Amino acid sequence: MTVLRLATEDGALARWLIGLGAALVALGMLVLPLAAVLAEALRRGLGVALAAIAEPDTLAAIRLSLLVAVLVVPVNLIGGLAASWCIAKHDFPGRRLLVVLIELPFAVSPVIAGLSFVLVFGMQGWLGAFLRARDIEVIFALPGLVLATLFVTFPFVARTVLPLMQAQGREAEQAAAMLGASGWQIFWRVTLPDVKWALLSGVLLCNARAMGEFGAVAVVSGHIRGETNTMPLHVEILYNEYQFAGAFAVAALLALLGVLTLAAKALLERIGAKEI
Amino acid sequence: MTVEMIDVVRRFGATPALEGVSLTLREGEFTALLGPSGSGKTTFLRVLAGLEGSDSGTIRIAGQDVTRVAARERGIGMMFQSYALFRHMTVFENVAFGLRVRRRRPPEAEISARVRRLLDMMQVSELERRYPAQISGGQRQRVALARALAIEPRLLLLDEPFSALDALVRKEVRRWLRGLHDQLGITTVLVTHDQEEAMELADSIAVMERGRIAQFDTAQRLLSAPATPFVAAFVGEAARLDCEVRNGMVRFANEALGSVCADLQDGPATAFARAGDVFASSGGGGARVVLVRETGGGRRILVVQAGDAVIDATGVEGEHLSRGDTCGLTLRGGHLFASNGSRVTIVPPTDPA
Repeated sequence: MTVLRLATEDGALARWLIGLGAALVALGMLVLPLAAVLAEALRRGLGVALAAIAEPDTLAAIRLSLLVAVLVVPVNLIGGLAASWCIAKHDFPGRRLLVVLIELPFAVSPVIAGLSFVLVFGMQGWLGAFLRARDIEVIFALPGLVLATLFVTFPFVARTVLPLMQAQGREAEQAAAMLGASGWQIFWRVTLPDVKWALLSGVLLCNARAMGEFGAVAVVSGHIRGETNTMPLHVEILYNEYQFAGAFAVAALLALLGVLTLAAKALLERIGAKEI
Repeated sequence: MTVEMIDVVRRFGATPALEGVSLTLREGEFTALLGPSGSGKTTFLRVLAGLEGSDSGTIRIAGQDVTRVAARERGIGMMFQSYALFRHMTVFENVAFGLRVRRRRPPEAEISARVRRLLDMMQVSELERRYPAQISGGQRQRVALARALAIEPRLLLLDEPFSALDALVRKEVRRWLRGLHDQLGITTVLVTHDQEEAMELADSIAVMERGRIAQFDTAQRLLSAPATPFVAAFVGEAARLDCEVRNGMVRFANEALGSVCADLQDGPATAFARAGDVFASSGGGGARVVLVRETGGGRRILVVQAGDAVIDATGVEGEHLSRGDTCGLTLRGGHLFASNGSRVTIVPPTDPA
């Protein structure tokens, strides 16, 4: 007897193969490398790994990475939200151009982004003389790191929030206006609550990238140990100096932060799915 | 409240959506804006609501010029086609929203008393803790109406309110809504493309055609005295028949139709006739019955193929035409428009021609 099944439903063997394929890819490309980093970090014991992390230069790199993230994420949260809100809820000339601009950082190589900041703010750059005259350091200093990271991570919030806002349309806002709500009330009570889970998820992705960004930051950092070295840059330096214990300990920590971010995002999406 | 729209124009780029619309709605009246899609009826509603600006013209509500007043200050209740409920708020909070955002927010006890009274009136009080996604289409509509009424609007606007409901619920909700209007007495404007809906609900109907109001009248007058060929064709789903008038005789281009008399100047003309105006008899030829539609009460509508045209007709008394029978057609009613726009009603001939 033949077993009836839906036209869109795959056979048992096909489903098995798809599942197996996905598992193999995930194992080979995602889990194994992560596990390797962790194993390498702990090869000479947890004590050695912790001692490597406790190095002053390493601690400084961790602090700097966190500081950059703390400065960048709120700016991109507000900027990304504002951009999405403008595009999804209003009509103005240049709207399409703005959509393209938001995606620019995804399209441009981070190294080029870093270089362009050097060209603008560096010693020989357009604003170099102006900045030097006022004793303002941008390149090879914290402002440069923040600027480069801001640029690279800008699309994350906007790209998660914008499609949802566009899908939701403007009728809820118009209904709120008809009920007498002011612009602020509409934003805080109607628009924002409708996208809060997408917003949080975008913020988490932005945060993960802000801590892990390498290319753009490498160009503007100058690699001054204990001062302008972020975690990813520090990993590279340690590795090039054959300090494998330290390199893998910091790498494992960075990877752990990334995994935690993803876990938090998945959890949020679950809560969000339940609520709406 | 009395609502006056005076010569309101609204253009989107080069395309005009409203071309000088003037309309006065009396206090407490239920008015329907009826028209095909693209006729400007939704733009009319949105301009009146303040969601859309107007390029010129004046809007007055209760004598006060509100043309430049923001939507939130107009005190108008609006129900959207999609209902536009706030999806992250419970039914209770949806209805309470308009009270909570007030500059002088009423005390919590008063808010909840008013919300409960409205939910009660809409017969959905058991749903107050649910979210919009958890209730049915008909329930959502009632919640949307309760929310619009919560601000005690002086004018209520309904944009295609029944389009998301299935046919059975629609009929019931229609009667209920009319009853509610009679009870509350709020001036109401309904936008619809469904003439049956407009005729059942509204005291008077504004028929819109390409950004203008073609006729503003009662349902009965729209049927008995259509002002334009468009109204004659759109209201009552009349068949459109080209003809020629000469010396008081109307000769139809369609050969299946027998000539009739009409007091209209000579020249080309157009007749509009509904099923009740066209009579099919086995006496003539040129047409054939392709479908028979029983409408109950012993009345049958014969769908007749006459040349290229498909015309709804009624069988003459004492005959029983069936599918496939040949027949001839005669008009005993309907409207005749001359090319200059003047209109006469076709009267049944006193002696058979």
